[in-house]
Amino acid sequence: MEILVILVPLALMLGGAGLVAFLWSLRSGQYDDLDGAAWRAIADDEPPQEAPLKR
Amino acid sequence: MQVTRDFSHYVRDADEGLRHIDLAVEGVHCAGCMAKIERGLSAIPDVTLARVNLTDRRVALEWKAGTLDPGRFIDRLEELGYKAYPFETESAEVAEVAASRFLLRCLGVAAFATMNVMMLSIPVWSGNVSDMLPEQRDFFHWLSALIALPAAAYAGQPFFRSAWRALSAKTTNMDVPISIGVILALGMSVVETIHHAEHAYFDAAIMLLTFLLVGRFLDQNMRRRTRAVAGNLAALKAETAAKLIGPDEISQVPVAAINPGDIVLLRPGERCAVDGTVIEGRSEIDQSLITGETLYVTAEQGTAVYAGSMNISGSLRVRVSAASEATLLAEITRLLDNALQARSRYMRLADRASRLYAPVVHATALLTILGWVVAGASWHDAIVTGVAVLIITCPCALGLAIPTVQTVASGAMFKAGVLLNAGDAIERLAEADHVIFDKTGTLTLPDLQVMNAANIPADVFELAGRLALSSHHPVAAAVAQAAGAKSPILSAVEEAGQGVRATVDGLELRLGRPSFCGAEALVGSAALDPEASVVAFSKGSDRFILSVRQGLRPDAKAVIAALKARDIGIEILSGDREPAVKAAAQALDIPEWRAGVTPADKIARVEELKRRGTKVLMVGDGMNDAPSLAAAHVSMSPISAAHLSQATADLVFLGRPLAPVVSAIDASRKALHLMRQNLWLAIGYNVLAVPVAISGVVTPLIAAAAMSGSSILVMLNSLRARSASREIV
Repeated sequence: MEILVILVPLALMLGGAGLVAFLWSLRSGQYDDLDGAAWRAIADDEPPQEAPLKR
Repeated sequence: MQVTRDFSHYVRDADEGLRHIDLAVEGVHCAGCMAKIERGLSAIPDVTLARVNLTDRRVALEWKAGTLDPGRFIDRLEELGYKAYPFETESAEVAEVAASRFLLRCLGVAAFATMNVMMLSIPVWSGNVSDMLPEQRDFFHWLSALIALPAAAYAGQPFFRSAWRALSAKTTNMDVPISIGVILALGMSVVETIHHAEHAYFDAAIMLLTFLLVGRFLDQNMRRRTRAVAGNLAALKAETAAKLIGPDEISQVPVAAINPGDIVLLRPGERCAVDGTVIEGRSEIDQSLITGETLYVTAEQGTAVYAGSMNISGSLRVRVSAASEATLLAEITRLLDNALQARSRYMRLADRASRLYAPVVHATALLTILGWVVAGASWHDAIVTGVAVLIITCPCALGLAIPTVQTVASGAMFKAGVLLNAGDAIERLAEADHVIFDKTGTLTLPDLQVMNAANIPADVFELAGRLALSSHHPVAAAVAQAAGAKSPILSAVEEAGQGVRATVDGLELRLGRPSFCGAEALVGSAALDPEASVVAFSKGSDRFILSVRQGLRPDAKAVIAALKARDIGIEILSGDREPAVKAAAQALDIPEWRAGVTPADKIARVEELKRRGTKVLMVGDGMNDAPSLAAAHVSMSPISAAHLSQATADLVFLGRPLAPVVSAIDASRKALHLMRQNLWLAIGYNVLAVPVAISGVVTPLIAAAAMSGSSILVMLNSLRARSASREIV
């Protein structure tokens, strides 16, 4: 059961990391526009710049 | 005359030499729009940020200070096909956003704690029935306390604060039993842990907070969203005025920056944004938004004009008066205040439920403790059982029952083109059994339509449309729109108050008053609708007559029939003249109608229906409707309505069809049904669980399972509100 000494703090640290990540994402405004974020994921990238024609 | 646009009112400083402006944008609804707008604006040099918020339909822009005029962004968006308006965030909205974020942070903390405490609780539950050592159990309980206590202290703040406010005001609310339950459960668990007991309720207490925070957050988020909608509506009203800043120089400024005594210029085709008196010029004005009267009124020196009037033919200079001097507005405002006070007495379903809840629960817990002591149990065991009753009855499902349905239903209504302006609108709309429609702008479309386009040769009509593009007159705009004209005739000249003329291929074209086109004879002979405005078009020696009027909304008849099929009473109350109202009522088959009704009369009618126990839904758009919109049980306005009406209405619907009225009624009825069902589910759960708790056999495992089970059941049931039917007949 000594393994608990490692496992319990480890589990709490992982959970705490998740919480910090959530608070960070909240602070950086990632939940401000949920509808837009859904669309952005499937939006096309910028069209590639057309190379000037050379002859 | 030189025109400048002044946006300085809206621009604010961002960090390091950057300037920031928020624009509300109409018509953004997909990824394509977002990409188009962001690319289009980023292409302007010196723009450092252009980001669309699709949820709120806004664009945030930042650029290097001193290099760009914000008007350019609006022009650029106009080129891309979007109408944009500078936007000022109201302080109320800022507060809502902050509250929403705080709740989300609390929810994050509570959810983190719940998951970790649960990770520690499950070994204890399984250990209690197998071979766990008491020392190990205590260690796990202490660890749980270490996580749960600080988390509850932080995430419980919304409840504790609200409960404290209620208690210091010597009242009670839903948060009082919640706070008492959580604090007692945690306190008892600490005491039990100190005494090496088998059961601790850290998991139940923190899980309760998590579920309740989900409900709170959904509720707050809906409020934030309705506030954002209201803010955008205010911005889309384009409340700017052309202020004279020199004898020959005008600046387009926001109304907020205009003071009494300023002089503003009102050009033909513009809607007046201020109250004032005409000091120069002569024109016809359309006051239909204010009085419902569709006939134009002549305005000349000394005539009072009110915000919302449309200037039709000539330019006017208006001296701005203080709002209080405007008798009509003052009257409407007074009626509005009275009506709003009456409405705030409405008690929401959730409040009614919670008012019953607290005394029942606390009495049950107290009786449980006393009952066990009388039956011979120790005080310790009796109190533990009493706290278990408090935990098991904590209104987890009750707290979710209404916000989840509201969130889902408001999403469904949003898709049907209805925006909520008030949080409790769904409940009140569901109860409506009588609809009062205003005529002008509500049953009819707000813009004018050409009624006899079919009688005119297509090429002539197109030419008339192109010529009409050169005029600001609303009738001309209607002709241009009906003809689908795109390219104006460049040589066209507008003669104020008369019409437009141009010469194309040697032929003179004229569009305007019949006298201007030499077509008086035609007007006399043609049997035209008495309500329509007549405009003439001449091409060389050919003369044509166009009849322009407000048409009924395309689906008005079907909507009225659908409402009748739902056994909802219908009537028309209009400030317009009798023949016009009568014609509309007959076309729509509405037997009950009144014409020439004043705002006070409208309220009187609403009150009369109220006394008879009828729940009235008022649908109107004019300023004269605003007081009755507030007086009615629930109210709706089209997006084209006067600002005051829109701010007063509980719901706002978009687009040309009237169908959203029926969709909204259907969706809200379904939602109310689901809310009631959810409340019954929550009560049913309590009826099953409370006897178990009173009997003293509840373990933390049973508490956790019952709590999450009932909450999930309620949430799943709420999702059924999503499938609001779109069919109206």
